[in-house]
Amino acid sequence: MTTSTLDRSTAPATILSLRGISKSFGAVAALTDISLDVAAGEVVAIVGDNGAGKSTLVKVLSGVHLPDAGTIHFNAQPVAIPNPTSALDLGIATVFQDLALCDNLNVIENLFLGRELRPARLNDIAMEVRSWELLRQLSAKIPSVRIPIASLSGGQRQTVAIARSLLGDPKVIILDEPTAALGVAQTAEVLNLVERLRERGLGVIMISHNMADVQAVADRVVVLRLGRNNGDYKVGTVTPEEIIAAITGATDNAVTRRTSQVDLRTIQPTVLPDGTVEPPSSENLNDKETER
Amino acid sequence: MTNTATRPSDLQDERLQNREGIRGTIAGFVDKIRGGDLGALPVVIGLAVIWTVLQILNHGFLSAANLVNLLLESSPTGVIALGIVCVLLVAQIDLSVGSVSGLSSAIIGILFVNLGWNVFAAIAVAVLTGVVIGWVYGQIFNRFGVPSFVITLAGLLSFLGLQLYVLKGIGTINIPFDSPLVIFAQLAFVPAWLSYVLVVIAAGGLFLSDLAKARARRGAGLSAQPLSLIALKSGALLIGLGFAAWYLNIARGIGWMFVLFVALVLILNYALTRTKWGRAVFAVGGNVEAARRAGIRVKTVYTSVFVVCSTLAAVGGILAASRLAASSQSSGTGDVNLNAIAAAVIGGTSLFGGRGTAFAALLGIIVIQSISSGLTLLNLDSSFRFMVTGLVLLLAVALDSVSRRSRTSHGRA
Repeated sequence: MTTSTLDRSTAPATILSLRGISKSFGAVAALTDISLDVAAGEVVAIVGDNGAGKSTLVKVLSGVHLPDAGTIHFNAQPVAIPNPTSALDLGIATVFQDLALCDNLNVIENLFLGRELRPARLNDIAMEVRSWELLRQLSAKIPSVRIPIASLSGGQRQTVAIARSLLGDPKVIILDEPTAALGVAQTAEVLNLVERLRERGLGVIMISHNMADVQAVADRVVVLRLGRNNGDYKVGTVTPEEIIAAITGATDNAVTRRTSQVDLRTIQPTVLPDGTVEPPSSENLNDKETER
Repeated sequence: MTNTATRPSDLQDERLQNREGIRGTIAGFVDKIRGGDLGALPVVIGLAVIWTVLQILNHGFLSAANLVNLLLESSPTGVIALGIVCVLLVAQIDLSVGSVSGLSSAIIGILFVNLGWNVFAAIAVAVLTGVVIGWVYGQIFNRFGVPSFVITLAGLLSFLGLQLYVLKGIGTINIPFDSPLVIFAQLAFVPAWLSYVLVVIAAGGLFLSDLAKARARRGAGLSAQPLSLIALKSGALLIGLGFAAWYLNIARGIGWMFVLFVALVLILNYALTRTKWGRAVFAVGGNVEAARRAGIRVKTVYTSVFVVCSTLAAVGGILAASRLAASSQSSGTGDVNLNAIAAAVIGGTSLFGGRGTAFAALLGIIVIQSISSGLTLLNLDSSFRFMVTGLVLLLAVALDSVSRRSRTSHGRA
């Protein structure tokens, strides 16, 4: 993971660049002077506590909220994103946490909802062929595209939602908590999908609470705290403790205190078959703490 | 696994059971029913039961003459039910269709008979009234967010009042028997030869369109219905419709008004299943927020659906006045409203939105009209009709709720 991160960072072409973005709701400053860069083929994780401004930032990027101040550059051009349609037109697609799929429609109908081919006499065949192409590109495991969304698992629905955002050929895709409601296997499926998006050269912005997911797929981690930038780290050069410290704003916080308790209680040295004792690896430590 | 390369590109997942040919189709159908996706099955079974019982009670019920009448009687309310299907698909309701149809028949009576207008001009004004009423409903619904239940309840009262007002002092207007309206609704029947031609066109059309679709799907590398299944389906349709036409032709035959009703069903079915508008209607009924985020203009969809419903109610009113050869203060009152809504629901349109077809109106109204006609033959008055129809409606809604629960547990929502 570390080496590939270094390879990619050699010549990143920045697609999306935010400078000095601020947004207030009444007296509450939700975002203050936020900067963010996303390059093609880069996965940027945005982490932060509740109320850190992650969702507001996503809404600014997807055209739901207008920023009060600051500039947005897309492909080195200054742009404004006044509404969701203009975000889509620019090439910024957002997959919201609740996915927004229609349970009573099938996979094809959901993928092409709002942009059906041939409005007066729907071209079902072309849409079905295109659906399969798209899902195969993502190596999606969906048995049939002609079954209602209701019969798909959470991971499959997430896949459909992501595939739908790809139909408009976006340059940047924003995933809001893509693994929040998923099981272990389905989370792995979605993380594979994120890697495939990166291979296709898209810029991916991923909001996540799950430090294991962030470590697994992200190239960079941007930490927000109380509406401000509080760190921009390259994954592989940073420990989870540092990220958590940036999220909470202190090295001595509830998470670290709890982790040290856990260490004492559960992590025992392992006795290997040849009789030597293996010290607990740092990887194990990470896993233990992120599960909590 | 070995034959993966030879299988169509949409059936390559190894978890899919191989369900090809006629046997596979039947197995898939059984699965659907078990999962609570009942489709038209309950109403077809219900109709068979009702017809059997009524035929046993009165041997005249299934006579050709009675069935010819039954189909004609079904048409006006059936057209109104067609509009109700649209409104139910977006999980809304229109309670005022009876009043709108009554107002429309009053307009026809006054303009065409009392003022001597041209028949097409009178029809145009009546239909336009329906369009405007639906548009107003849509605006109130979109702008103020008043529940459609309340808007149309207000409409029910207001338009009933308007109908009584314009007919004040007149009471009933008789439409002359030699007018094109009454001839169309009472005396115009499809000639026997033409009815068989229409049957052949229907079956042939189904065969050719299925064949073209199968060829196009195969060309695109997708699975397609085998020729045997296509032939079987269109053959069954040919025999079924052919028998019905032959049986009805023993008496007066198939009324043109019923042909108009069926044509409207087919047009609406096309609009709902094969156009972008239809997809939008189903999407709004399934998940409004998802539809909005997909870029569908949700407000336009709501308005269009209210307009379609009120317009079809107005058309139904014209047909009812023509059928009765009169428009009166009682046109569109009584059970018209509830019969239309009951027909849509009995036919299999879900009250929860997002499920249903245009054919629901056709099947549902035939059930309701069969009950009505059968009880009339038994010399039972409207008190019994109301009770039985109410019971059947309750059954249909209960079935809808139960099958919805079953769909949820089988992941077919």
